[in-house]
Order: sequence, then C-alpha cells, then structure tokens
Amino acid sequence: MDLDFTAEELAFRDEVRSFFREALPDDLRAKMIERRHLEKDDIVRWQRILNARGWAVPNWPVEYGGQAWSPAQRYIYQEEMALAHAPEGSPFNINMIGPIIARFGTDAQKDRFLARIANLDDWWCQGFSEPGAGSDLAALKTRATRDGDDYVINGQKIWTTQAQHADWMFALVRTDSSGRKQQGITFLLLDMKTPGITVRPIETIDGGHDANEVFFDDVRVPVENRIGEEGRGWDYAKALLGGERSGIARIGLSKERLIQLRALERDLAERGMLTGRERDRLRRKLAEVEVELRALELTQLRVVAADAHGAHAGHAASILKIKGTEIQQRMTELVLELAGPAGLATDAQAQANTAGEGWVEAAAPFYFTMRKVSIFGGANEIQRNIVAKSILGF
Amino acid sequence: MNFEFSEEQQMLADMVDRFVADRYAFETRQKIMAGDGGWSRENWSALAELGLLGLPFAEEDGGFGGGGVETMIIMTALGRGLVIEPYLSTVVMAGAALRNAASQEQRAARIPAIIAGSHIMSLAHQEPAMPRHSFDVATTARRAGEGWRLDGCKISVPHGAGADELIVSAQTEAGMALFLVPTKLSGVDVVRATGYDGTPLATMTLADVALPGDALLGEPGQGEAILARVFEETNAALVAEAVGAMRETFDLTTEYLKTRTQFDVPIGSFQALRHRAVDMLIELELSHSMAILAALSLDLPGDQRRKNISAAKVQVGRSGRMIGQEAVQMHGAIGITSEYKVGHAFKRLTAIDALLGDADHHIDLIADADGLAA
Repeated sequence: MDLDFTAEELAFRDEVRSFFREALPDDLRAKMIERRHLEKDDIVRWQRILNARGWAVPNWPVEYGGQAWSPAQRYIYQEEMALAHAPEGSPFNINMIGPIIARFGTDAQKDRFLARIANLDDWWCQGFSEPGAGSDLAALKTRATRDGDDYVINGQKIWTTQAQHADWMFALVRTDSSGRKQQGITFLLLDMKTPGITVRPIETIDGGHDANEVFFDDVRVPVENRIGEEGRGWDYAKALLGGERSGIARIGLSKERLIQLRALERDLAERGMLTGRERDRLRRKLAEVEVELRALELTQLRVVAADAHGAHAGHAASILKIKGTEIQQRMTELVLELAGPAGLATDAQAQANTAGEGWVEAAAPFYFTMRKVSIFGGANEIQRNIVAKSILGF
Repeated sequence: MNFEFSEEQQMLADMVDRFVADRYAFETRQKIMAGDGGWSRENWSALAELGLLGLPFAEEDGGFGGGGVETMIIMTALGRGLVIEPYLSTVVMAGAALRNAASQEQRAARIPAIIAGSHIMSLAHQEPAMPRHSFDVATTARRAGEGWRLDGCKISVPHGAGADELIVSAQTEAGMALFLVPTKLSGVDVVRATGYDGTPLATMTLADVALPGDALLGEPGQGEAILARVFEETNAALVAEAVGAMRETFDLTTEYLKTRTQFDVPIGSFQALRHRAVDMLIELELSHSMAILAALSLDLPGDQRRKNISAAKVQVGRSGRMIGQEAVQMHGAIGITSEYKVGHAFKRLTAIDALLGDADHHIDLIADADGLAA
C-alpha cells in the first residue's frame, strides 16, 4: 500500500501543470478566480486550445481523439485543470454526446459530428428533463412520430442548460407508449435551427440565464439523426451513468476553493477584518471541511485504483457525487459567510462598494447557483436510491 | 498509488479474520466479559501462538517488524469482533513506548515476554484533575539516590487491573518522564473499574512508590515527546479499530433492514431508512480511507504525520458517532438492549472518540496548524 503517484504519473502531472500554466489565457484565469460568468466564447476559446494540444476529449476512445490515459492520469488531469483555474469545458460535448456517438453512433454520424464536438464547432445541449419528468426521467412525454424519413417532434423540454448557445441538442423522445415507460424512448440528435424549435430563457436564483425551456412544434428530424435503434434510447443514456468516475467528486475544484478560502482568511485577518472568535470559528470550519475533503479525495483515489484493476464497485460513482457536491456547496457557504453584508449587492454598484474585490460580489450568486449541483445529473436523493438498491438488494 | 494488500498482508488479514470468526461470536464475547478479569487469557495465548503479539516489534527484539498497515489490518479485524483482550494496551500503546524510548536492556526484559503472551502492559496517563486530553500530569517523581519515588493517581487505565506492569507519566524536576512500574510493587494500588465499552479499566494510586533507576524510560523531560509518538501510533490503531466496528455495525444494520418486517414489508423498503443507510455507508468509506491515510502516515515527517493522524481521528470521531447512533435508531428497541451486538459496537465507537483527543480536540490542532497542507 502506498499513496504516492509513480514517477511516470508525477512526470505527467508536471507536463499537464506547465501546459495549463502557459496555455490558459490570463483574462480567463482572472474570470475563473473571481467566479465571474464565462461567455460562450470563453469556453470555446479554451476548448480549442486544449484540442490543439490533443487534450480536449481525453476520455474518448483513442481513434476519435481520446487519450489512452490510466484512471490515475485522468484524475491528475482533472485535478490540475481545477488547480490551474481552467474552465472545465462543455460537459455535454465532452462527457455525454461525444462518448455516446463514439459508442453507439453510425460511421456517418461519427464522421459528421465527433471532430466538431471535440473542437466545440458545434455546441450541444441536453434535452432530457421535462415539466413532468425530472427525477422520474422515464416519464418523459415529448412525442416523436415517424413520417417517411423523418420523425415529427412535439412537446417540451425544460432546465435545458445553455440551450440559447446550442447548435445541436441530443434528446430523449417517446416513440412508443404501449410498454414499460423505459421502453419506447428514442435518442435523437436535433439541429437547433430546425423550424418549430423555440428556446425561452429561465432566470435562476443566482440571476443567471443558463437554464431554458425548449418547445417543439412539428419539428422534423431526419431518421438518420437517430442514435442506435428506435425505442432503445433509455439504454444508451443509461450506459453513460457511472461510466466516468475519475472526476465525479470534483476534488480539484474543491481543493482550489479551499486554497482560495485560506488565502482569503489570512488576507482578511491581516487587514483586521477577521479577528478573535470569528477568526477561530472560521479556521475550525475550514479544518472540518478540509478533513472531509481529504477523506473524499482518498476515497476517490481508491475508486480510481480499483478501476485500474477493473474492480468496479457499482455504487461508487453515486457516493462520490453525493459527498463531492455536499463539499462543493459547503465551500460556497463559507465564502458567503466571509462576504457578509458586503456581499448583498451583486449588480454594477457592487464593484464600487467593495473596492473591486470580485470575490465579495460573486459570493452570493455562486452560493445560489451551486445549489444546482446536488440536483442535476440525478439528484442526490436519486443517487441514494441507487446506492440503497445496491447495498440492500431491493 | 496502491491500495492493495501485499500477499503477506492478505494472509495476515485472513488469519486474524479467522481468529475473530472462530473465537469471537457475540455470545462468546458476552461470556468473556462476565468472566474473571473481563478478558480471556486463553484467547491471548491463541493470539500469541499466531504470532500476532509480536507483529509491530523489531526483528532484533524478537518481533516481525510490521508497520502501520499490518497494525491496521489487525485492529480492523479486532474492531469488527469488538475484541476486548489487551492488544491495544499492551502491543500498540505500551509497545509503542518501548519501541520508541526503551533501552536495549529494557526491551530485552519485556518484549519477548509480551510476544509470548506472558507480560501484560498498559499506559497509565490520565488523571482525575486533568483536562480531557493533555500532557499536564500532577503525578510526581522525585529523585531518591539512584532511583525514584512516585506519588499520584491515574484513572481510566485500560486493562490496568490485569496488567503486570504499567507505564506511568510523572513530573520530574526536569519535566515530564515515563516510568516502568510493576503493579505488584509496594505502594501501588490498582482497583478495577469497568468501562462502558467493556474494556476493563483501573484506577491506580501511587503512594511513595520506590523505583530503581532503570525504571525510567528515556530521559527526564522526554516524556512528552515519547507520549506524543505513542499517541500517534495508538490513534492510528484506534482509527482502524473504529473502522472495523463501523463496518460490523453497518452490516448488522443493513441485514436488519432486510429482515425486520413491519407493516407487512421489510423496513428497508422505507426510503427514510434507506437513505440513512446510504449516509452510514458514505461515512464508513470516508473513515476507511482515513484509516489507510493514518496507517501510511506513521513514517512521514512529524508535522505531516501528526496532522494526518489528527484528521483521521476527526473523521472517525464524527463518523463513529453518526453510524453508532443511526444503527441504534434504525434497530429500534433491540438497539438499546445489552443482548444485541449493535449497542456494544456503539459504545466502543463512543469510547474510541473519547480516547486520546476527541474529534473537536483534533479539529483545533488542525485549525491551529492552518490546515493539513505541509
């Protein structure tokens, strides 16, 4: 037993670290450090820098531009990316539709889409949730009716992240209602410019506009844009769950935030803005969350090591997601507490109020927006259901 | 990075698991606790025959030269069985003091006997007027010719009543020091008490106890440094024991959720309980990870070693309380009877948090050190 990375892994870490340090544009780094909103163009720019290096989609099969990295290397890559304050890129492109097309797509679909997905020439969004199908995703009702070489789509998706930027959507739609609700779901790729698609923004509690409603009114999608067989969409969507586990707890992100919090604590103390009992209390809170983060990191590494041996514990991804999101949210609470009443104003005036300290005005929006991480991608309660079934057997 | 046991470590794990499975059925443990002395000399001899008592001692002292991982393996298994023989007191705690501070003569006079199972030792440090966890002892040791005279009182000495010899912390003019005190000595009074976790305890009174010069462990003034190291090794072992007790508690609880029927269905079908069982598993896995960290930290430089072990003690203190309480709650009334194992595991987990600095104590250490980073 040992906790050390191998010499090769350390060399890899150095290579990744120096690449991120040199390649990440300064303005992007500054935005990330202050938790400011990233524009579409910011993410595209960074994705293309990564793609030029061959590292945009390391989790994909090698023949489509992926890297044959070990689970440990993937973990290192993700951790270094976070510690370098680099954006994560589009999860819908990199972690979802790319791997799905690589695994289940036709040769024509691979040729048409994969390179463009990796380079973010096409921005993808995910059309899964509906007003009546959240945690119970299989209850989805958006209807696809076959008409010649097309499907005709009618219905509505909701909570569609960044649909306003999207060129394409991958969506689960219902082609058959006769059997179990998991059956009769079909996986389709939709060009967002197709007539009949309407995107309506939803304002979220952080003041942001990343979520949307998407309406479909007789939208025609060619059958060639179907993934796999009709009626098997649920299987394709499920195949991805729990597949990518080396980064699911987002340890690097939380580590980076802890480093920032400690720097903030020191800085405020030096300026006399954090003293006595208040400072002691914060230091204890930081120690508490750091212990949990260390324990989660080692648990993540145990999973990474088990994956390298091919020893999958089925419910590990859920455990990592539950605890990882709880810790991420805890970090945002601590920043919010530090900002105090100065963090109330988040509009243009805030900059003047707080003498340009971006972290103060970003604290509350960040706290509010991070409530989503325990809801999306399978709410933490759904994750608990998955683990419970695995340990109890029913 | 490697979380696998070596072949030898796996054999050790299998051996000690078998020992617990064969000899430590819960009903057997109940009988042992009710019997003379509160623990089993027969089991102790069996542990000696398996070579387990010699595991962490150096080969030159007759041991096997095992490290943190080997002790973790043993303590996890003993924790699963809620084993009450004095492994922690004798081999881990007193053993650590001997390994780190005893002269060659002192070691030769004790370690072979410990390994053979014929010498029981423990550490007598806690005192009535002491804060929960500190080095601040009131027991005194005065120079008397070549030797020493000790006065004071020690409480909650684990396995103190059955011990042949205790390591006693006392103030000298040159600072705190540790002394080897045979329990049969004139002026030593050892009164048995029973811990709520089943561990036989003792209150020890020292009234002008005369000790020879070679009863001193290390030098006067070194006591604190030696004890600090002893506490680190013991905490790493305690954390592993706690993980064993937590795993047993978790397994008993999930088994109960599957088999206990109310409202005509297994109670494990209720989501309120299912989700809490998952939270128990999360705490268990986090604690398991931290026990590995503690075991692998024993050879690190002082600062990092201390912090890592403190972090593990924090995790296990918090998780042990949560898992113990939840297990009792989900079992309902059966959880609070003495006839059922879960309540005993809960009590041992509670005691482990109380020993050698609870979670809050270690959080303060980490906070004062500005976190875990070196």
